[in-house]
Amino acid sequence: MAEQPSGVTQSPRSLLERLPSLTILGPLVALLLAVIFFSLQSERFLTGQNFSLILQQVSVVAVLAIGQTLIILTAGIDLSVGFVMALGTMVMAKFAVELGMPPLLAILCGMAVTTAFGFLNGFLITRFKLPPFIVTLGTMNIAFALTQIYSRAQTVSNLPDAHLLWGNTFRIGETVFTYGVVLVIVLYLLVWFFLSETAPGRHLYAVGNNPEAARLMGIPTQRVLLLTYTIAGFFYGIAGWLLISRTSVADPNAGQTENLETITAVVLGGTSLFGGRGMVLGTLLGAIIVGVFRNGLTLMGVSSVYQVLITGILVILAVVADQISKRRG
Amino acid sequence: MELNPVQNARPNPVLEPTPAPKPKVVLEARGLVKRYGHVTALDGADFELREGEILAVIGDNGAGKSTLIKALSGAIIPDAGEIYLDGKQVHFRSPIDARKHGIETVYQDLAVAPAMTIAENLFLGREILRPGWFARLIRWIDKKKMLEEAITDMQDLKIGIRSMSQAVETLSGGQRQGVAVARSAAFARHVVIMDEPTAALGVKEGNMVLELIRRVRDSGLPVIIISHNMPHVFEIADRIHIQRLGKRAAVVNPKKISMSDTVAVMTGAKTLAELNPEVLA
Repeated sequence: MAEQPSGVTQSPRSLLERLPSLTILGPLVALLLAVIFFSLQSERFLTGQNFSLILQQVSVVAVLAIGQTLIILTAGIDLSVGFVMALGTMVMAKFAVELGMPPLLAILCGMAVTTAFGFLNGFLITRFKLPPFIVTLGTMNIAFALTQIYSRAQTVSNLPDAHLLWGNTFRIGETVFTYGVVLVIVLYLLVWFFLSETAPGRHLYAVGNNPEAARLMGIPTQRVLLLTYTIAGFFYGIAGWLLISRTSVADPNAGQTENLETITAVVLGGTSLFGGRGMVLGTLLGAIIVGVFRNGLTLMGVSSVYQVLITGILVILAVVADQISKRRG
Repeated sequence: MELNPVQNARPNPVLEPTPAPKPKVVLEARGLVKRYGHVTALDGADFELREGEILAVIGDNGAGKSTLIKALSGAIIPDAGEIYLDGKQVHFRSPIDARKHGIETVYQDLAVAPAMTIAENLFLGREILRPGWFARLIRWIDKKKMLEEAITDMQDLKIGIRSMSQAVETLSGGQRQGVAVARSAAFARHVVIMDEPTAALGVKEGNMVLELIRRVRDSGLPVIIISHNMPHVFEIADRIHIQRLGKRAAVVNPKKISMSDTVAVMTGAKTLAELNPEVLA
C-alpha cells in the first residue's frame, strides 16, 4: 500500500456501505424491543421455559424458511412450502405404519418426495422459463390434492420412535430443550457457512443480484436455480420430520399457514424480495420475532385473530423497508 | 475514482519514416460470414489486432461491428471464416470458451453484481479457494487472499478505491466501469475487448476510463474498443478499423486522417480510392 494513488478522496465510510450490517441489526433491534415490551406485560414471558417453548413453536417454520430464504435470495418465491411438507409427512408416516417399512427408510422416502417436488419446481422454472410464483402455486395445489388423496383425509398416528426423534428433550439447568431446537440451530449455522464462505453460496447471491452478470462471468445460472429449489425441497422434508416429532401424528391438513409464515420470517429477517441481498441468520431472527409476538400476545390474553393482524402489519412494514433500501441502492 | 494525473507516458511514435518491422498480430480473422435469416451481418469481414495497440472498431448501425465483436468474443459462432489467436486457429463456442483462451470482454451494460463487494465481483465465477482437499470439496473461498489480490489488481491500474470490501453499488458509474476493466485486465492473457466503455458515463468519468484503457494497453495487453464516440476514438485509438456493409472498409491512422474523412468512409460518402494512401494503417 506504499504507492497510494495521488488525489484519492478519503471520504468517510458512508451509511450505504454499512448496509449489510444494518440489515441484520434491524431484526435484532425489533426482537429486543418486542422482548422488552412483553417482559413488561407478563412476568411469565421472560423465563427459560417460555423461551424454550417459543423456539419449539417456531422450529418447523424456521427450517421451512431456510429453503424459502435460499429461493428468495435468487429472486424467486415458493408458495408450495407447507403443502409439500405435509405430503412428505404423510409418506413418512404411512410408509412406516401401513407398509411396515423400517422407520428411517420411510423418513428418507418422505424426504425424497419433498426433494423431488423442489426439483420439479426448479425444473419447470428453469426449463420453461416460467415465473416461480405461478409454478409453485400449481405445485402447491398438486401437493395438497395428493396429500388428501393418499391419506383419504385421515390422520395417521401410532408413529414409530424414529419419527418422534426430534421431540426428545434434554435439560440445561431447569430448562427443558428438544433436540429439534438444536437441529434448527445446527442447520442454520451450516447454511450460513455455505452462503457466505463457499463459491456456490456466493454464486447463489450473484444469480439473484444480477443473473445476466452471473451468466457472463461463466456461472451456470440455470443449474444454480435448479439446485436451489431442489435443496429447498430437502429442507421441507427435514421440517416435516420435525413437525411429526412435535405433534406425534401426520395430519393431512398440516402446512396451511406455513407458506406466508416462511415469507414473513424471511422478509422480517431483512432478506430482500428482489433477490441477492440478505442473510439466513436474519431469517432465524425473523421466525423468532413472529414466535415472540404470538407467544407474548397469547400470554397477554389477546385473541389469535389479532396475532394474525399484527403479523400481517409486521410483514408489510418489513417489505416497505426493503423497498426503500432498494431505492437508495 | 481519482486517477493519477501523470499523462499517458507512452513514447511518442515519431519514428514514422523508418518502415518498422511488421508488428506481431495477436488476433486475426479472415472472411467471417454471419447471416441472420435474410440479413447478412458479416459478409466476409477481415480483422487484425496487433501487439500492444488500442484498436477502435467503428461503423454505422448495421455495419456488423457488434456481430464482428461477438464472433471474436465467442458470443456467436460465425457461419464461415477463420479466427486465429497468436497464429493458431481457434473455434470459440461460448464467451467462456474465449475467456479460457485469454480473451476478456468488458460489457456495455456493466456486468457486475451491485450488492456484492468489489473483491467478490473481481473474482465472480473464478473464486480463489483455500488450500486442502476439504476446502476444495466444499469449495471454501479464501476471502483474505481475494481481498489482497483485488487491492493489487486495482493498484496496477491506479484505481483509487478505499475499500475492496465495499459493495459495488456504492461506487459511481465510472468507478464501476473501473471494476469491470480491472477484472478483465487481471484475467486476460491475450486480448481485452471493450464494448462502448464510455457510453454510460459523463465527461469526467469517461476521461478516467480512457486513461484506464491506456494503462491496460501499456501493461502489455492489446485492447479492442467499440465506440460511437468519435472524439474518444480519436483520442485513444492507435488504429481505427472501419466496418461497413458487413466488411472491413479500411483501417486508418487517427494521427493522419481527419474525423470527417473517417465518418465519410464509414457512411460510404467516400471510397477508399478517394483517400490519401498515407492515412491508411
